[in-house]
Amino acid sequence: MKAHKPSTTEELIKTAQALRWEVGTELHDAAIESMYREAARIAQRVVSTKTAEPAARFDRTLDRLLTSRLFGFPIMFLMLGVVFWITIEGANVPSGFLSQLLVDTVHPALKEIGVSVGLPWWLNGFLFDGMYLAMAWVVSVMLPPMAIFFPLFTLLEDFGYLPRVAFNLDALFRRAGAHGKQALTMAMGYGCNAAAIVSTRIIDSPRERILAILTNNFSLCNGRWPTQILMATIFIGALVPPHLAGAVSAIAVVSVVLIGIVFTFLVSWGLSQTILKGEASMFSLELPPYRPPRLWQTLYTSVIDRTLIVLWRAVVWALPAGAVIWLVSNIHVGGQNLAHHIVEALDPVGILIGLNGVILLAYIIAIPANEIVIPTILMLTVLVTGITDVGSGAGVMFELETESATAAILHAGGWTLLTGINLMLFSLLHNPCSTTLYTIYKETGSAKWTWLSALLPLSLAFIVCFFTAQIGRLVGIG
Amino acid sequence: MTPFELLIAGVLVCGLAAVLLWPRNGIVARWRTSRERSTRSLLEDALKHLYDCEYRNIPCTLERLAGTLSISGEAAAKLILRLESMRLATRTERELRLTAEGRSYALRMIRVHRLWERYLADETNVAERDWHTEAEQQEHRISAEEADELARRLGNPLYDPHGDPIPSAAGSLPQQQGVPLTSLDRGVVARIVHLEDEPEALYAQLVAVGLGPGIQIRLINRTPDRIVFEANGEEIVLAPVVAANVFVLPLAAEKWSAVSHETLAHLNVGEQGMVVGLSPLCRGLQRRRLMDLGIVPGTMVEAEMRSPFGDPTSYKIRGASIALRKQQAELIYVSRKEKAA
Repeated sequence: MKAHKPSTTEELIKTAQALRWEVGTELHDAAIESMYREAARIAQRVVSTKTAEPAARFDRTLDRLLTSRLFGFPIMFLMLGVVFWITIEGANVPSGFLSQLLVDTVHPALKEIGVSVGLPWWLNGFLFDGMYLAMAWVVSVMLPPMAIFFPLFTLLEDFGYLPRVAFNLDALFRRAGAHGKQALTMAMGYGCNAAAIVSTRIIDSPRERILAILTNNFSLCNGRWPTQILMATIFIGALVPPHLAGAVSAIAVVSVVLIGIVFTFLVSWGLSQTILKGEASMFSLELPPYRPPRLWQTLYTSVIDRTLIVLWRAVVWALPAGAVIWLVSNIHVGGQNLAHHIVEALDPVGILIGLNGVILLAYIIAIPANEIVIPTILMLTVLVTGITDVGSGAGVMFELETESATAAILHAGGWTLLTGINLMLFSLLHNPCSTTLYTIYKETGSAKWTWLSALLPLSLAFIVCFFTAQIGRLVGIG
Repeated sequence: MTPFELLIAGVLVCGLAAVLLWPRNGIVARWRTSRERSTRSLLEDALKHLYDCEYRNIPCTLERLAGTLSISGEAAAKLILRLESMRLATRTERELRLTAEGRSYALRMIRVHRLWERYLADETNVAERDWHTEAEQQEHRISAEEADELARRLGNPLYDPHGDPIPSAAGSLPQQQGVPLTSLDRGVVARIVHLEDEPEALYAQLVAVGLGPGIQIRLINRTPDRIVFEANGEEIVLAPVVAANVFVLPLAAEKWSAVSHETLAHLNVGEQGMVVGLSPLCRGLQRRRLMDLGIVPGTMVEAEMRSPFGDPTSYKIRGASIALRKQQAELIYVSRKEKAA
């Protein structure tokens, strides 16, 4: 006994070490099992359930229909088609109204006030032509579609339909190493990439969530649809007789969307083979019971949580970008404005990938939102080519009433069919807007993923445009 | 340049970038691995090998060491001199032995290696065949403190995914249990306790047929050129040279009948089953998630509907509809129940 005493602690540790091997590996499992057993015992004593047979039977029937081999996919395409149609059609009126108010009425009024209180011309231009106009533009183009799309989408989600879409499509995503719920974040991306990044929270497996974030950019967002439609109408629709033009340009836009989907799968697959190999992964998908959507709650949450937060971020980014847009067009160095110099410097790279310096500069300074890329391109083209009878002056973004007027400016800027096609591809593949990038940073908390989500699409855009340009020139459309 | 020249140049640049940067086989990746095989990692690998010889009670010779590390005899002799000068090993006439210091160093390396394998198996989706190679590289990079932190995060695991015990921070390690599968008699029921993860080619075969520590097997037949046994509800045939790398612990025969070997994936839509257990191959995050959903022994599960592509399938589990992929459903053992009318 005496000999043991001084080493009691040591003995204890030794015994513990030895026992550790005997406890075995099942300890954690056993703990969870006993918790469930105990919970079930308590629940049996104190919880009474009403038999909700009719509701369950309704759910079953609806599930069979929505996930059936025959009707599952047609219903899905129909539902999403209707949502997009309502969004695009419904957004026109309020967008027009907001633009009338903020751009056509308030903007000149503000400038007048600026003049009357004696602001110098440069401060007046900087504040109102630059910062205010960019913000007004973003609000009027971005707000209405988002305010329509997100509530509709949230209603479908609330009803319980969206998880069934994920269920139907999971097999495709599994092959790319992704999660079925990525189908939902992709669909959300057609509304707004920044909001879609927030919505990737529904994916609870770390690796698949990063995949969904990194590839969301390949879903054409609201801000890029108009660019696609404009380019398709001016350059591709113009190739065929007028009565076919509408259909042909629509096919061109749909093809771009499909190319985006192909890239989503390819990049997901590639990333899960390489960089994301070491991330944790698992799958489970809950299919909640159907329930009548709560209309007001849905409206409230989707407007507050999704629309306004994203809009706020966009506005915060639009103000400095507007300032930069105005400055590059109005600061003169060596007799030429800054924009001119930059465009000249970017031209060789731009032309190499089938675009031009104006487009590249527009994508750099209009990074806060894709909505203001086309107005910036038009302004810069007018500025650089020296056209005098359109536009509202250096650094003031504008759009034209008719497509033919827009086409005239672009042709004057040296655009060809190839430029149009490459702009469509570049718009699809290039880096996300700064609002989205900021959201990615907020959601992942990692500078590494944020950089990757900017540089990966950007380099893909350059590579794809480069090869398209060379092949296009070989077949003689450049 | 003409478009044609640019096109060719573009293709060349892309090809060159691929050759340089391709993961694993690219020039940059290879250059990195070759640099990793520094003196330090050779030294540490030698210590591990010496420990392994001691553990398995086989004498360690210079030739054996050179063979294991795939270096020349001359390089091995130099290595041994270094080990001696660092007082990590001693040499008698025929064999090499570890000093106490060398043994604790070796145990530390083994601890890191096995912890890392556990980590890869539980917390990542790195393929099973890559665990060993990745851990081989990682073990030279992780410090003792980092290893302790890793162990804490993993819940102080006892065994690596191949069934080898992970030495504790103090360096204790139990005696190896189990006998080779080749020594079992016909009809004997046993549990796999260990898979030998080297050589890689043989290990890959074991993984391919779905074997892993914790899985129950029953020997059906044994002849000099093949071993036939049942595991995961299937009949598996292995060559003796492969089967010798599987170590098992015999169990009482009645344990076998108590366990169902049908999995959730076998249920047709509309059929019910009771969960009897999760496969030992269902690990880490995945296992925790399934258990959180209430998939524990005794839970009733019903297959509700299949996705149009045939995978995943939705199951009714404790009142909720949960879709699981086939690959996961195969890891959940159930016993089929007739549906109550």
